[in-house]
Parts: sequence; C-alpha cells; structure tokens
Amino acid sequence: MSHTAEAHHDDHHDAPTGIKRWLFATNHKDIGTMYLVFSLVLFFIGGAMAMVIRAELFQPGLQFVDPGFFNQMTTMHALMMIFGAVMPAFVGLANWMVPLMVGAPDMALPRMNNWSFWILPVAFSLLLSTLFMPGGSPAGGWTMYPPLVMQTGDAFPFLIFSVHLMGMSSIMGAINIVVTIMNMRAPGMSLLKMPLFVWTWLITAYLLILAMPVLAGAVTMLLTDEYFGTSFFNAGGGGDPLMFQHVFWFFGHPEVYIMILPAFGIVSQIIPTFARKPLFGYDSMVYATASIAFLSFIVWAHHMFTVGMPLAGQLFFMFSTMLIAVPTGVKVFNWMTTMWKGSMTFETPMLFAFGFLFLFTIGGFSGLMLGITPADFQYHDTYFVVAHFHYVLVPGAVFAIMAGVYFWLPKWTGHMYNEKLGKLHFWLSAIFVNVTFFPQHFVGLAGMPRRIPDYATQFADFNMISSIGAFVFGASQLLFVYIVWSCVRGGEKATQQVWEGAEGLEWTVPSPAPHHTFEVAPEVK
Amino acid sequence: MRERFRRFIPSAVRGVIVFLLAIPAALADWEVNLMEGVTPISRDTFELHMIIFWVCVVIAVVVFGVIIYSLYAFRHSRGAVPDTSMLHSTKMEIVWTIIPIGILVAMAIPAAETLIRIEDTRSPDLTIKVTGYQWKWHYEYLGAPDDAFVKNNFGFFSNIDAASNAARQVDSGIDVYEIEHYLRNVDKRVVVPVNRKVRILLTSNDVLHAWWVPELGGKRDAIPGFVNEMWFLAEEPGVYRGQCAELCGRDHGFMPIVVEVQSEDDFARWVTEQGGAAGGGPEVVVDAGGAMTTADSGDGGAGSSAAVDMDMSFDELMTRGEAAYLTNCSACHQPNGQGLEVGGFPALAGSAIATGDLAAHVDQVLNGKPGTAMASFAYLSDADIAAIITYERNAWGNDTGEMIQPADIKAAR
Ligand code: HEC
Ligand SMILES: [Cu+2]
Repeated sequence: MSHTAEAHHDDHHDAPTGIKRWLFATNHKDIGTMYLVFSLVLFFIGGAMAMVIRAELFQPGLQFVDPGFFNQMTTMHALMMIFGAVMPAFVGLANWMVPLMVGAPDMALPRMNNWSFWILPVAFSLLLSTLFMPGGSPAGGWTMYPPLVMQTGDAFPFLIFSVHLMGMSSIMGAINIVVTIMNMRAPGMSLLKMPLFVWTWLITAYLLILAMPVLAGAVTMLLTDEYFGTSFFNAGGGGDPLMFQHVFWFFGHPEVYIMILPAFGIVSQIIPTFARKPLFGYDSMVYATASIAFLSFIVWAHHMFTVGMPLAGQLFFMFSTMLIAVPTGVKVFNWMTTMWKGSMTFETPMLFAFGFLFLFTIGGFSGLMLGITPADFQYHDTYFVVAHFHYVLVPGAVFAIMAGVYFWLPKWTGHMYNEKLGKLHFWLSAIFVNVTFFPQHFVGLAGMPRRIPDYATQFADFNMISSIGAFVFGASQLLFVYIVWSCVRGGEKATQQVWEGAEGLEWTVPSPAPHHTFEVAPEVK
Repeated sequence: MRERFRRFIPSAVRGVIVFLLAIPAALADWEVNLMEGVTPISRDTFELHMIIFWVCVVIAVVVFGVIIYSLYAFRHSRGAVPDTSMLHSTKMEIVWTIIPIGILVAMAIPAAETLIRIEDTRSPDLTIKVTGYQWKWHYEYLGAPDDAFVKNNFGFFSNIDAASNAARQVDSGIDVYEIEHYLRNVDKRVVVPVNRKVRILLTSNDVLHAWWVPELGGKRDAIPGFVNEMWFLAEEPGVYRGQCAELCGRDHGFMPIVVEVQSEDDFARWVTEQGGAAGGGPEVVVDAGGAMTTADSGDGGAGSSAAVDMDMSFDELMTRGEAAYLTNCSACHQPNGQGLEVGGFPALAGSAIATGDLAAHVDQVLNGKPGTAMASFAYLSDADIAAIITYERNAWGNDTGEMIQPADIKAAR
C-alpha cells in the first residue's frame, strides 16, 4: 500500500519492511490488506473452476471433461468461493474498517490476527494440492454428504484437515472482532451509536463462534468413520447418514447469514452516504439483524426437506423458514425509505449497492418460494436452487464486497479510483450476472437437476445463454483488478472525507489512513 | 485439444446467435415454468408455486417501483434536498412487519394442507420398492396373494439406454440431438396403472440418490439403511421422464427414470408377462444383461428372460458378456477396459486379477471389495456374471482363452 510513502507521525518503533512486514504483520491495516488480496486470488481460482463448469455445460454432450472431474470442479468451486473468497473478504474489510469505525488503534489481539490470516494460505494450498493427487480432488459436493464423501480418494484427509484449518482461522478472526468491538470502542461510542457495519459484524462473529465448531465436529466424525472404525454416519454399523446432514446444516444455515449479514452492513453504510441522509430506522435495522441471526439457527432442515422427515418436523421448518422473510423485509423497506426524499448521486459504490438491493431481493423471493415445502419437493436439487443461492451470493454478497472496496479504496490508498471504469465494471457485472443466473431459474423449473455434467437436449438453449453470461461476467472481473491496481499506483488525491455525504470516525483520519490511527482515542458525542 | 477447440468455436458463434435471438424467440417453445404434472399432488404443488410466484411479483412491483421512482425523483442532479427529519417511524416499522406476516400466514395454510396430503401414504393399490445403485435403479414390485395386480414379487434393473450411453461418452462424436430422449431414456421402464395410488418405498444400496419424475410430483431421497415413502396417483396414461436428483458420484447425471402409466388392463397384462400374476410360482429373475440385448429400448415391455443355467458356448458368453459389461461395469472400468485414473478405477485390460487366478476374479465380482467403489455384484444372475467374467478375461487383449459357466458361479456363491 502506498501509505508507506506518507509521513509517519508515529514511527516510534521500527516496523519491519519487505516480506517480514507481511509475514509478521500485526497491524490491522496490513492484515486487512492481506485478507483482501488473498480473497481476490481465490475468487479467480474459484472463478476459473466455474469457467470449466460453464464450458462443459455450454452444450449437451460431454466435450471437455470427465464427469468425475466435473464433480471435482463443482465441489472445489464452492469451497474456494465460500471459504476462500467471500468469507476472507469480509474478514479483510472488518480488519481494515472496524477499528477505524469504533475509534480503536488496532484489533484487540494483533498476534492472533496474524495467525488467523496465515493459516488460510496453508489450508487452501493443502486443499488445492488434491487436484494433483491420484483420484483427484474431493468430488462429493461441498456439503460432504456421506456415504458419497467416503469414496473420496487420497484427498479425503486433506479435505477434513483443511476444513479444520479454515474453521480455526474463522473462529480466531471472530473472537478478535468481538473483543475489539466490546472493549476498544472510543469513549462515548455506545453500542447503539456503532455504525451498522460494526453491528452486523458483531452479530456475524457470534454466528461464526457458534457455527464453525459444529462443522469441525461433523467433519471429525467423518474422519473417525473413515479411519478409526466408528459408525456415526454408517447405517451398516448402526449409524445414520442423515445425522450428518442435520449437523452440517446446523452449521450451514448460519453460514449463509455469515456471508450476508456483513453485506447488509456495507450496504447500510453506503446508501445513507450517497443519499446524503442518515439511515432510516437504525434501531430496527439492528433488531432485524439480530432476529435473522437467531432464526438462522432454527431453520436448518429446510435444506433437507426431501430426506423424509416426520410431518411435524417439516411443518416446523417450513414455518420458521417463512418467518425469516419478515426481518429481511424490514431491512429492504428501511433501505428503501432511506433513499426516499434523499439527494442521491450514483458513484460506483452506490451503483453496486443498488445492484445488491435489486438482485439480492430477487434471491430473497426465490428463497421464499423454496421455503414452501411442497414446492420445494419440486425445486430441491435443481438449477432453481442454483439460481437462488447464486443470486444471494454473487449480486448479493460479492456485489456488496465490491461496493465496499470502491467505497473505502480512496481511504486505503489515498487515491480516487477511475470512476468511468468503475461504472463500466458495474454495468458489465450487473448485466451479465443476470444473463448467467436468470435462465437457471427456467431450466431448474423445467426439471434440470444441479451437479450434472451433461443434460437432456431440452435444456440446451438456456444453458448456452447462461454459459455466455458467465464467460463475460468472469472476464469483466479482470477490469476490477485493473481498477484496484491502478488506484493503488496513483490517481487523483482523495480528500479526508472522500465522499460528500460520508459520516463516521473512519472519515476523520487522513487519506490514505496512516499506519497507526487513533492512538489517542477520539471523543464521540 | 485443438480439435475440441475447433468444434467449440462454431458452437460459440451459434451461442451468440441463439443469445441474440433469445428474447424475441417464441418463449412458448422454451420451457420456463414448473410442469403442472398429472397427479393431484403435482397439480396442488403447481398451484402453490404459482400463488407464491405472484405474491413475489406483486411485492417486487411495489418495492422496485418505489426504489425506481426514488432513483428518478430524489437525484442530487435534479436539485433534490435531503429531508433529514425522516429518520424513524415506529408506526411504519410495525406496518411493514405485520403485513408480511399476514401474507405468510395466508401462504402457510394451503401449503400445510398440501404437505399433510403428500405425507399420507396409507392404503396404496400398488407398492414398488425402488433401490438406488451407482448408477442405475432397481425396481421391485411387491406382491401378495390377495393383491389386485401383483401376486408375486418381481423386479428388474433400469439402466440408461444404450444409445444415450454411447453418445454421452467424452468426445463420442455422436450428435446428441440425434438421440431420442437423450439421457432421459432407459432400457426398461417402470410400468404403473392409471388412477391408482402407487406407493414408492425408497432405499439405496450405496450412496444417497433421489427419485424424481417432475410430472408425478416431488422427489424423495434414497438413503442406504433407511426406507423412505412417497406416493403418486397418475391420472393420465403416458410416459413420464425424470432422473436422479441427489449427487451420487461420477455418473449421477446418467441415471434416468422413465415411468409408463398404462390402463389397468394393459398393466395387468404387463404384470403377467413379468411373471407377477400367477400365484405361488417361482420368482423370476430378470437380468440386466439380457435386458440390454433383447429389449427394444424404450419399449418398456419385453426384456425379461429367465435365468440361463445350461452350458453356454464361448461366443454366447462373449456376446452376452459384452452387453452386460457395458451395462454394469463400464461406468467405472470404461468400455475399453482401460479404467479411469481420475476416478481411481483400475484398468481391467492386462490387470493382475482379470488375467490371473480365475477364483480371485469371481470373488472380486461376487463380493466386491469393501471400502472401495467396487461393490458386490452378487445380485446379477449366474449367467450374467459368468458372461462378464469370460468377457473380461478375453477382451482388450486379455486373451486368456478361459471361460466360466453359470453353474460354476452358482457353486462359488
Ligand atoms: C462404481 C464403480 C465400479 C463399478 C460399477 C465396477 N467396478 Fe470393479 N472396481 C472398482 C474399483 C474402485 C476397483 C479397485 C478396488 C481396489 O481398490 O482394489 C475395482 C476392481 C475390480 C477388479 C480388480 C481389478 C484388479 O486387477 O485389481 C475387477 C476384476 C473388477 N473390478 C470387476 C468388475 C466387474 C466385473 C464389474 C461389473 C459387474 C465392475 N468391476 C464394476 C470400481 C467399480
Ligand atoms: Cu443417483
């Protein structure tokens, strides 16, 4: 980052330079940067796998890959994107922005912060190395359902171990964020004065601490089933393969909100800034976030309606799932009202926030449909589901991350990014994300199952459109890299406040933010 | 690779054209919605789907309408001045909490009613036990002496049809558009009577699968060690197609389901042909290999042949063995016997077992190898196993010259 060039008012201890600066980093800004760069790299690795998938699905018949390799690609694509791209990106943003937003000099536990980052490259190197093993990568889906996952070859222990490492990293990161927010707020910053991004991250951190150990437990039971003769999930030994699904989704559904609550937070920072009007219904936004977090622990079995649960169970999970629409609706209505009678401009962050608002809501609608159990019996495991979760994750989570990057990039680098190119990046992304994923609703409803490398000919046309959309969407993201890169290198100088409507402590430090900020705690009125 | 690329370019061009034509093209030809189906449940489900869809559309019109209006009306460039007095309204928060709850309750009631009916699997007219295998389905019609249709149990495997199977190989060179019902056709169909409640008992022999025919209503998972239930009552004769819907390994995309709904008379006749009508007779073994060679695929009728246990000639064994091998083994060991390294499936051409000790070979096929994808194939008929082993020991340059008879398999069991 270019702020090394800036005059340091605070160079009282000799900071290591070169590779050591990064290896032994304890500064929240350095670690935040590393998280963000890491997640960008993984976004492209996972994206390359998506390109393989879409190339094979471009037309019916098998043209490029073996069906077994196709399954490896779908499995690895999901693991890379969820654990490697989206989650680290949010942790990176939290590292950079939470201390700045609450007026803290750094994260509460800087050495642990270093660990929680550096575990990640190790975990993903292990997982990616399985691509070169006999038998290949895990191919049983990112959900790792037994008994199929037991047929994984040499990659099996690597899969389990890397999931453990990712979980440790997330838990450490989450503890750090909780402690920072709880103990290091500037005087006067009461909980209900915190920016929404901080609130959503606080709640997300608790979700992580509660959910990740459950995943660790589930995969440990897989490990002992494979190597130590237990039968947790083996019906032949008195176990139950369905128990894995229950345990997995007890982690998995909160995980969904782990990937979307911080996105809500980012959007709640951006919309008021560019509408030049404070967020409407701040309190109810906080309560809505907390309700979503609570509900996320009692809806898990809606991912497994077709396993043959008792009727009472199906009814319970149908009703609780439908309930989630209520607090989610509250959020959308509050954003809507924030814009009402505002004074809006449409810089790139705002465009991405709008993209989020529209397209995430579409994903919410298909989610509501999926919650209707009888209808889910038709939708389940089809491309309708694929369309649904890509709508909430790509124009949902990923657009929010990009909105956040454009929003804070001037604060990080001290330069404005190229606004024209930023807008071009938005429009390319927004158009082609729809070209990619909208047709998937249609093929799903028409009966195309997910996770298949080849399909009946009646699905061909929409799949071709979807593949073209994916290729252009993928290529457009190179533009993003270029924009960020050139913004780091130089550009118009950013002011301290950067955006006309920006409010909050992070905009009271110089741009670029110096290496150390808020060594003297600011006073919040 | 270059060859693939050359084929990719024209299809990319075609793709762009399809894309450009997509919007004006008659969308009627393009399946964009759920199928209404032919059962009471599938119709109710379709109705629920349409209601919730329109609810979403109405909410979308309101929400997106307000946002789009704001985008237009409250722009800085049009001189809009922010009204910062509007920061909170408990009344509005209550309104937009209560209204969605009302809508959801209104949705939940019909959904719960349908769900209760879906789960009512009592008093069926016919029960079929469906077992998922990697990667085919086994159907067993459960009979009883006083049953209206089926007096004896009978069963058969249903594999992907040979034409689709050949065309779906990587770089097969076959135009899949030439194949009728590509990937949605089987060598032997499930047949059921019209207007009768058919109960499906679902289980699996290996990993999870899911049995799904969209026009008959929803899907259910097939789980090893557990039995799941579902039911349907098809109101219109016809042929309905679906496929496995739960990831089950390499060939998950290639285990289709075809259900043929027939009139009661036709169905009774079909049951008789299958040997399920006569009371107390011996159970008829319908072997998959025979089905491959004799069934007119897609016909759904014939295809059964009684177990052969007299001595077979070398040529008979080889012909039958090739067909049965392609049906049962080639998914993993590949049609050319070369196996597949990425999947961990060993080559049989030149393999130690397939060219070495005959007893070990028989043992591998009858008992499988626990802990690997090589399952036991003991459920195949003696004749099929003998034929497959003979074939494996003499195909692809394995020329051992050895053969084995069905009677030897019987003895080895
Ligand atoms: C689901 C995939 C699958 C199917 C289907 C399958 N096999 Fe196998 N087969 C395997 C695997 C995996 C092995 C290696 C087992 C091991 O690790 O030793 C194997 C090993 C074998 C071997 C031993 C090869 C050697 O030299 O080690 C023979 C013989 C064999 N299979 C025969 C058959 C026959 C005959 C059929 C069809 C009736 C069949 N297999 C179907 C997966 C399969
Ligand atoms: Cu299957």
